[in-house]
Amino acid sequence: MLDEARTDRILHALSDATRRDILTRSLVGPHSVSSLARNYAMSLAAVQKHVAVLESAGLVTKERHGRESRVTGQIDSVRAARRLLDHYEDVWRDRLDRFGEVLATIPAEPLQEGNA
Amino acid sequence: MSIISTVKDPEALTMTITAEFAAPQEHVWRLWADPRLLERWWGPPTYPATVVDHDLTPGGRVNYYMTGPEGDQPRGWWRILAVDSPASLSFEDGFADSEGNPDPAMPSMVIQVSVEPQEQGVTRMVIATTFPSLESMEQLVAMGMEEGMSQAMGQIEGILTELQA
Repeated sequence: MLDEARTDRILHALSDATRRDILTRSLVGPHSVSSLARNYAMSLAAVQKHVAVLESAGLVTKERHGRESRVTGQIDSVRAARRLLDHYEDVWRDRLDRFGEVLATIPAEPLQEGNA
Repeated sequence: MSIISTVKDPEALTMTITAEFAAPQEHVWRLWADPRLLERWWGPPTYPATVVDHDLTPGGRVNYYMTGPEGDQPRGWWRILAVDSPASLSFEDGFADSEGNPDPAMPSMVIQVSVEPQEQGVTRMVIATTFPSLESMEQLVAMGMEEGMSQAMGQIEGILTELQA
């Protein structure tokens, strides 16, 4: 359960379009602050400030990697796994739809004795 | 085609999907065993697959590439673990570098397929996938889909829904 202060920080962090975009990108994979900054018409310092807001809400973590810091989105792992599996299920549902369509194009063969 | 069930275990990182087809077992098997048929369903219409090598024997490889709308060609590979034609197949599925060699930086998943005849000309196919870790599942699912971003947006929506609950 989230406490009220944390909830406020999360809602505040997600109330801004740039921060939502930063979070989205860092959920796909770790990004350096400078590579994130290239997506926005604002200074590196402004992007760093946005990252700090996301960090204090616990939505991203920042890790030192060589000379730069890398930002990674943080979502509770079981919930993240569930979402990924939902997504993967969609991949297979689409595949199986196509599988059924391709299968329907194979002409029926006359029954032979023994196993088919 | 009808999907009978899907079972997802977020802690074991597995998904099993079961479907039934009104077609004989041999036909269902052929969609795996014939590369020309396989490439008609493996990739989405926006990323159709082209199968380059196809050796369904233990230790054998299936190599393929997909062609995206921008002309990008992600490559993938299977390494066959076991085959029992026309009833079962298991393989490792991963991504390859631009030369088609397995990319050591990228994880792979294990897929087990079983094709069982049922009564009245119906064939049941069960696909069970196991991911090695949450991190690799993230990579594999995001790589396998051009919409890695929309998936992440779904996660943000999830947080918002949770906050509103």
